[in-house]
Amino acid sequence: MATSLSGQVVNLLAAFLLLLAFAMLSQRRVLTLIHLFAWQGAALAASTLIVAYSTGQGHLYFSAALTVVLKVMLIPWVLHRLIDRLYVRWDIETLINIPTTMLIGIGLAIFAFALAAPISQMASTVTRSTLGIAMASILLSFLMMIVRRKAVPQVIGFLAMENGLFFAATSATYGMPLVVELGVALDVLVGTFIFGIFFFHIREQFDSLDIEHMEKLKED
Amino acid sequence: MEIALVLVIPVAGAMLLALVGHKRWAPEANAMMSLVTFGAAALLTGRVIAEGPMVALDEQFFVDPFNVFLVALTAFVAFTTALFSRPYMRIEEHHGRVNPARLRLYHSMYQLFSFTMLLCLLSNNVGVLWVALEGATLTTVLLVSLYRTPASLEAAWKYFILCSVGIAQALFGTILLYFAAEKVLGPGGTSLLWTHLYEVRHELEPTVLSLAFVFLLVGYGTKVGLVPLHNWLPDAHAEGPTPISAVLSGLLLNVALYAVVRSKVLVDGSLERNFSGGLMMGFGLLSVVVAAFFLSRQKDIKRMFAYSSVEHMGIMTFAFGMGGPVAAFAGLLHMTVHSLTKSAIFFTVGHASQTTGTQNMDSIRGLIQQSPTIGWGLALGSLAILGMPPFGVFTSEFMVLTTAMHEHSWATPFLLVALGVAFAAIFGKVQPMVFGETVALRLPHPPALVPVFVHLAIVLLLGLYIPPYLVDWYRQAAALIG
Repeated sequence: MATSLSGQVVNLLAAFLLLLAFAMLSQRRVLTLIHLFAWQGAALAASTLIVAYSTGQGHLYFSAALTVVLKVMLIPWVLHRLIDRLYVRWDIETLINIPTTMLIGIGLAIFAFALAAPISQMASTVTRSTLGIAMASILLSFLMMIVRRKAVPQVIGFLAMENGLFFAATSATYGMPLVVELGVALDVLVGTFIFGIFFFHIREQFDSLDIEHMEKLKED
Repeated sequence: MEIALVLVIPVAGAMLLALVGHKRWAPEANAMMSLVTFGAAALLTGRVIAEGPMVALDEQFFVDPFNVFLVALTAFVAFTTALFSRPYMRIEEHHGRVNPARLRLYHSMYQLFSFTMLLCLLSNNVGVLWVALEGATLTTVLLVSLYRTPASLEAAWKYFILCSVGIAQALFGTILLYFAAEKVLGPGGTSLLWTHLYEVRHELEPTVLSLAFVFLLVGYGTKVGLVPLHNWLPDAHAEGPTPISAVLSGLLLNVALYAVVRSKVLVDGSLERNFSGGLMMGFGLLSVVVAAFFLSRQKDIKRMFAYSSVEHMGIMTFAFGMGGPVAAFAGLLHMTVHSLTKSAIFFTVGHASQTTGTQNMDSIRGLIQQSPTIGWGLALGSLAILGMPPFGVFTSEFMVLTTAMHEHSWATPFLLVALGVAFAAIFGKVQPMVFGETVALRLPHPPALVPVFVHLAIVLLLGLYIPPYLVDWYRQAAALIG
């Protein structure tokens, strides 16, 4: 009973995660995007925690704690500081065609479920049905990175992709070995800081954070 | 013990240079640390030759014939590049393109980059391999944008975004691999250890592994620079400081390909048909052909040689994709000679663009008249990379071609045409750059060209005579991955 209840909660959280991925795809405000990202981290941490509790996998507690510290607190805080100091807090992105993007997103989600179906049948974990969702949120973040023309949303897309990957790891295998998870977390953290440094360099050179200014290097 | 030394020295070097990297003697300290790392790598190599493969530190690290030769090569090229970087960075400072703070960043990150490369090669854990390869992107991205010009920032941004997204796919592939391995080896740390995976490779679930390989190939293939995932490569090579172009081409691409080949071995064990080989051959051939046709359109000298790297990585990927002892041998030999030759070329290209003050090939003229060593270095290096006998590149390309004729004859015309086009493009552009009337100025510091000729001499030697222990070594490695 406990397992099935926790299984249902995990499924609910997974659905929440997918919903958030779609919300991020359509969100134009930078500030709201950061909030959504923090919520996604929270959903990820909660589902990891429940999986840890219901299966007794000790290292997953650690992984959940790591997610909370890194993805709910530290990285959103860094991003908040960044958009404050870059004066882009109230930026609204124009130019993205939301209905088309959403339609492509739905197509990607269906594709992800089809791709994950044979694999999730093989999984022995309680959370196996969520592998499709994990894959869908990875692809949706990918799409988000492609359609965005500003630096900060692109980076948030990248971080959301990392969330999807962590979710895939917990849903398919109860999490990667600890040393790998720590390494990945370190890379993500260092990556965020480097992105931050980059924003300032880009702004200094181009006076804006539009990626459109950076399409000079092309084959002619 | 030697493994620990190989890994600890560059980290210590990075810490030291983070503090003193702006001092006058920092370039020498950088070269010194790289020399000590190379010494440790040589000790490790000696020990592996004497005692055979080994695992260390709770099985987290391992050395076998395949990775030990890459460790030696990586440490060697990192050392010679550090030698080249001494006068190069001094001249850049003289020209006002870098300041002491950026030099400190440069030297410290250079050591950290060596560390991530060596960690990639020595790690037994395929998850840690991923972490280290992503770490290699993180350490070099701020070096690509070291000059802070608009073009260099754009190149670095592209490099960062494309490689991070690409390598995220590889992480998903690694998760799938772990998922398959966990069924056989049980959950926990050992399921991602390559030596364990290798033993049970026949029992791993084929459907999962084939999907995993697609993700791993796309992910690591982005870093190898396989077409159509190569967009970051020419920009990053052209806009960063030349020592970084040399280590990107000579080391990073090799190490990324190493990761692909390691994954291929596991997938081949699990799948009956040659699924992974076919994919690699396809990507490899596409890279060779597309890069060859892009070569002739280049105006920037570093961009041109970056495309040449894409072409050569394509040849290696194709060779490893064909599989079998001869093709794998050729692939390994090509890895060695390409990394030596291409870094030698970048050394001369770096000084050539410093004496003429431009990277535009139309404005570089008469290098031999100004400085015979730079001119002849570039001319000989180009001939070597184009596969002229008696250089080693000829040997490996010849072996790839003959194997392709035997086993996949449909591919030979593509390869031959691509090699011909590449020859015409590069030779036609290098020739006017080295001969004729000069416009070049004297450099404020004497250039370091000993590494160029040492590299070219080794490549020449490998073309004429490969020492028996090296043959033995390549054979063992080829048997492992063939």
